[in-house]
Amino acid sequence: MGYLPNFIFLILLAIGIGFFIRNMGRLKRSILIGKPAGRVDNKKARWQRMIRLALGQSKMGVKPLAGSLHLIVYLGFILINIELIEIVLDGLLGTHRVFAPFLGRFYDFLIGSFELLAFLVLGAVLFFWARRNLLKIKRFWKPEMKGWPKKDADYILYFEVVLMLLFLCMNATDALLQQREIPHYIQAGSFPISHYLTPFFAQLPTSSLLFLERIFWWAHIGGILLFLNYLYYSKHLHILLAFPNTFYSNLAPLGKFNVDSTIKNEVTQILFPERSQTPNEAVIEKFGASDVFDLKWTQLMNAYSCTECGRCTEVCPANKTGKKLSPRKIMMDTRDRLEEVSRNRIVNKGVYQDDQKQLLNDYISPEELWACTSCNACVEACPIAIDPMSIIMDMRQYLVMEQSAAPQELNAMMSNIENNGAPWPFNNQDRLQWVNDN
Amino acid sequence: MSLEVPTLASLQAEGKKAEVVFWVGCAGSFDDRAKKITKAFVKILNHTHTPFAVLGSEESCSGDPAKRAGNEFLFQMQALQNITTLDAYGVSKIVTTCPHCFNTLKNEYPELGGHYEVVHHTQFLKSLIEKGTLKVAGGTYKGKRITYHDPCYLGRANRVFEAPRDLIKKLDAELVEMKSCKAKGSCCGAGGAQMFKEAEPGTKEVNIARTEEAMETQAEIIAAACPFCTTMMTDGVKNKGQEEKIKIMDVAELIANANDL
Repeated sequence: MGYLPNFIFLILLAIGIGFFIRNMGRLKRSILIGKPAGRVDNKKARWQRMIRLALGQSKMGVKPLAGSLHLIVYLGFILINIELIEIVLDGLLGTHRVFAPFLGRFYDFLIGSFELLAFLVLGAVLFFWARRNLLKIKRFWKPEMKGWPKKDADYILYFEVVLMLLFLCMNATDALLQQREIPHYIQAGSFPISHYLTPFFAQLPTSSLLFLERIFWWAHIGGILLFLNYLYYSKHLHILLAFPNTFYSNLAPLGKFNVDSTIKNEVTQILFPERSQTPNEAVIEKFGASDVFDLKWTQLMNAYSCTECGRCTEVCPANKTGKKLSPRKIMMDTRDRLEEVSRNRIVNKGVYQDDQKQLLNDYISPEELWACTSCNACVEACPIAIDPMSIIMDMRQYLVMEQSAAPQELNAMMSNIENNGAPWPFNNQDRLQWVNDN
Repeated sequence: MSLEVPTLASLQAEGKKAEVVFWVGCAGSFDDRAKKITKAFVKILNHTHTPFAVLGSEESCSGDPAKRAGNEFLFQMQALQNITTLDAYGVSKIVTTCPHCFNTLKNEYPELGGHYEVVHHTQFLKSLIEKGTLKVAGGTYKGKRITYHDPCYLGRANRVFEAPRDLIKKLDAELVEMKSCKAKGSCCGAGGAQMFKEAEPGTKEVNIARTEEAMETQAEIIAAACPFCTTMMTDGVKNKGQEEKIKIMDVAELIANANDL
């Protein structure tokens, strides 16, 4: 056989990583369809926020049980993936447990810890599956979770179960081969969990064991490469995007909405023509947002970062009282529309061809937008600082300023402000009337 | 007791300046329920001899509801006019009883050129107590069960959670928290210009849901710090037929009542 396995491994690795890089390129181009967002100031606070929210998962503790189990899965995946370095080196060099001779007892400790973590991850994932499928927790059964989102969530859990089992089975068969002192299988590692699996394999002849060990080994690394490439198509992308998403999140008080500076110039010209020295050159193409092109790139990254946990929708006062609005759906719709636009661009050689669709109406209805109380509960609830409310507000701005399509009562409110400086039809001269009221 | 409410214009005519401008807001000026909050706050200002002034007919809507409804243009028209007025009087500090005005004046006016120190009346009252100008006797509300509803634009949006609670504690009252409070406090349903329109179809009104959460605490008084929350919660309690048993009071009203003002 010679170097054939090494060669196959190299090809597999190159395809896996190559495809991943291609998709990350697509992701980046997709996100950059959005407008500039600034948010490069105050690097220190940004790093701190990223470390606290993404790395430290500080907001996951709000739900202590789910939060701790999530932490186990997260730590499990990061730590067990250290093992990947060795697996990749073994694959390329044709070695087996290449680090073992260098690390000695510490190697045994590492493999033992990975096994314990793998076991904990398995437990957590099974719990997550049960919670999602048996306990019928409300936020997992909202209308927007029907179909692919539900399947996606389950697929991720199955992926994780299979990968952990493969890892443990790989170790179990390896341990048996070590016991039988088969050449190439050096005495290394400790197997606190997988040794419970060895009885299943102990009766097998060595040839079958060798075959199975290889199958598990290849399936494990193959599965990881597959999972890596699944991310781009899945809500699970949050494991990567949580980091940039928190870094580029809004640092200002939640109540501060974006103040449009181009409108400022225009308003200044109307109110104080003497103040503006130069005529307003900046032409405003469009107010607010009706499609993904009008949103900022950070808002588009938000959409890809969302893992559809529904903590936002769970606390939304509109959703809680049976309105159509679901902040999670706003994010999911934005991602779906963005993907549609990206595919359109890819098919049409990088140039978007109008498909007579947009985010507004085709995905998000005005009814949803007008149900928002701008209370920021959704923004507060998101563990990775996604801001569904900013999209809602941008789309409202489009409805009002481009289409004059506000609900009638709001038009009345606004004309009151315009005419008499209050949202109600009172005479501004009566503003001090209360002093004399009884 | 008649109220002393000087306007900035009248003070200027006398060659005087006010230490702080009380931004009354539209609700505080025109809404019958909110006017009582305005008066309660002014009573405290008068009682503590705080040199303040109002803009009176020179005040205009801060633009908040227009902005949240999506009309950035109208918001900026309002903001720039208000900034011109405030700057003409050289105003440096503003106190307001409305968290919506508070938020927009504090956070959104600076980018339009309006730079002021803006405080909410609960913060202002707390500072009066800290300075020793205002004393609060517990008497009236001693031992009463009071729950506090966090206005979104004061609490979550601007992280003012403790000032109103500290004031309630000064009353020797029993402060009981709702299931969702502070950063997680549920909305009363008025924000984002909802106050001015009918709600979208649903299974319940937002204010009813929040009132139910407040009622779970068995409180006799639901304290608020926003004229819109006060209205929404009052309607909620009425809807539940509990208006005889449960009172909705702004923190300023509690303090004024406790001092027999």
